[in-house]
Amino acid sequence: MSRIDDYVPVAGASEVEELKLLAARLEGKTIRNVNSTAVGGGVAEILTRMLPLLKDLGVDARWDVIKGNEQFFAITKNMHNALHGMDVPVTGDDLDFFVDVNRQNAAEMDLASDILFIHDPQPIALVERKRDLGRKWVWRCHIDFTNPRPEVWDFLKGYIERYDAAVFSAPAFSRPLSVRQVLISPSIDPLSDKNRELSEEEIDRVCAKHGVDRGRPIVTQISRFDYLKDPVGVIRAYRIVKEHTDCQLVLAGGGATDDPEGLRVLDDVRREAEGDPDIFVLFLPPGSDVEINALQRASSVVLQKSLKEGFGLTVAEALWKAKPVIASAVGGIPLQIAHKYSGILTRSVEGTAFWIKQLLQEPGYAQRLGVNGKEHIWANYLITRHIRDYLLLFLSLYFEKDVIQL
Amino acid sequence: MSDPFRFHTRLNLVELLGRKATTVLELLDGVREVPGASIYHHTHRFLQQHHYLSPEPPNDFAFWITERLGLDDVGERLASVDTVRYRRINDLRARYVEILEEVLAARRNSWPVCQEGEEFHFMSCRTFIIPLPDIARDVREFLDILGRISVNSLYYHVFESRLRMERGENDFAVWFEARGNRELAEALSRFDPYTITLEGLRQEIIGLVRRHVQD
Repeated sequence: MSRIDDYVPVAGASEVEELKLLAARLEGKTIRNVNSTAVGGGVAEILTRMLPLLKDLGVDARWDVIKGNEQFFAITKNMHNALHGMDVPVTGDDLDFFVDVNRQNAAEMDLASDILFIHDPQPIALVERKRDLGRKWVWRCHIDFTNPRPEVWDFLKGYIERYDAAVFSAPAFSRPLSVRQVLISPSIDPLSDKNRELSEEEIDRVCAKHGVDRGRPIVTQISRFDYLKDPVGVIRAYRIVKEHTDCQLVLAGGGATDDPEGLRVLDDVRREAEGDPDIFVLFLPPGSDVEINALQRASSVVLQKSLKEGFGLTVAEALWKAKPVIASAVGGIPLQIAHKYSGILTRSVEGTAFWIKQLLQEPGYAQRLGVNGKEHIWANYLITRHIRDYLLLFLSLYFEKDVIQL
Repeated sequence: MSDPFRFHTRLNLVELLGRKATTVLELLDGVREVPGASIYHHTHRFLQQHHYLSPEPPNDFAFWITERLGLDDVGERLASVDTVRYRRINDLRARYVEILEEVLAARRNSWPVCQEGEEFHFMSCRTFIIPLPDIARDVREFLDILGRISVNSLYYHVFESRLRMERGENDFAVWFEARGNRELAEALSRFDPYTITLEGLRQEIIGLVRRHVQD
């Protein structure tokens, strides 16, 4: 388990010192995180990484999980999809059941804390206890909120506005609300297997295992096999490039084997790639973090040609490895890439192909983009910045002004 | 003898105002109405988030108008606002309003609308100022500390104190003035910190102080 001082060589001594100064101001305050699952999913992953570091900083941070049955989670799954804009049924009975489960949890849970930090929609109605408990309540939204279905949004809004603040991951998820809204982007952990430094031998080994030739240019997209990641569009862009420029294409990612749509996408991708020995379609099992890390590090150019995206942390992962990245201007990606400064933003297959050619043929410019991209991630998207934002958020609950002298 | 120089750092929490613009007119309405902290944020965000880049990308208004609306001429006018001339955020706001009003008056029709998903989102920031344990009693200590403090601290004393806190001068110039180093104070005050990376700025200030103190 990492300690906060382990981040000094990566994030810098002054950054870690500032975290300690902030954490000291929270002495005596307890912060209780509540979400709906202890394992699996992005929220659990973030809390698993972050809580030990907060505790190491001396912050009394705790984590509880609400209980729910199959029916509850089926409803919350539909709510999740409706928030992404999908036309799925969420009935009045469903919402009543949802609130009942929240109330049962609220009655059984120990919510005695100074700050209640509630993650995502599943436990959102716990805030009904604010009336009798008081304290500070913050709702943390981790999901894409760009086009929510109005009926589900209206239902959630009634709860969000009872909180002291709501936290979103990207500006596009913000909307008019009567409570403070805070922007806290997700982060990458530079010490994790997915992002730590690798030796050339480790990278060679992974490439050799899959038959990828490190002596020729490698264009890579890492993402689960999902239509929204447009893997077929990536192959089409590669084919345009390949007419005049030699390169290989790696499409690597995981996906649940019980997800029928994921398997359909994988089939489509394999069909599209058929007959080209320079396209590598790699369906990686869970826990392939070192492999993903190595493939990113071996790449000449990394793509993220998503049609829709939450935050798109694979972009941050590639930039952290100083790779030139070409990505779609969707979701949180424009936060990570300033076009032509720290990467390239595109909107079409042809535009993506144009920039792949440019970057393969202008390695000096490509390298500058990668170096700037790494600096940008270092300054803005490491876990230490994420912790700093959380500490500032907690402190901000006790002040009204824009400028706060601590 | 002047007081010792107490170094501070400042950390920002970004807030979302739930307000967006899709056209120049909506941008103008927002620039007129949002809190001063939002104007400060959008004109200084790139300095903080891209502090390693030179040349730096311009302010958010110019960047959006150029990249999302394709209005290079308007973007250039907004990018060339000389921030260092302004000592109050509302004066800086007024300059942006003036430019946007002028361009709107010059061409009343056929203004572009940004694509869906590329809207300008108004944001703001809460700033936390924290005293550091570092105190300089003389120039030697000042240089020693300046060489190792975080860019957040450097940023606070040069940008935040002058415009956000509306002190009119950067903190370093004020301290050297109080110590009787008038020429150095003037040099620090004249210097345009907006066109250099923060690391470059650190080295530039160290160089200025060394030259003047040796003189």
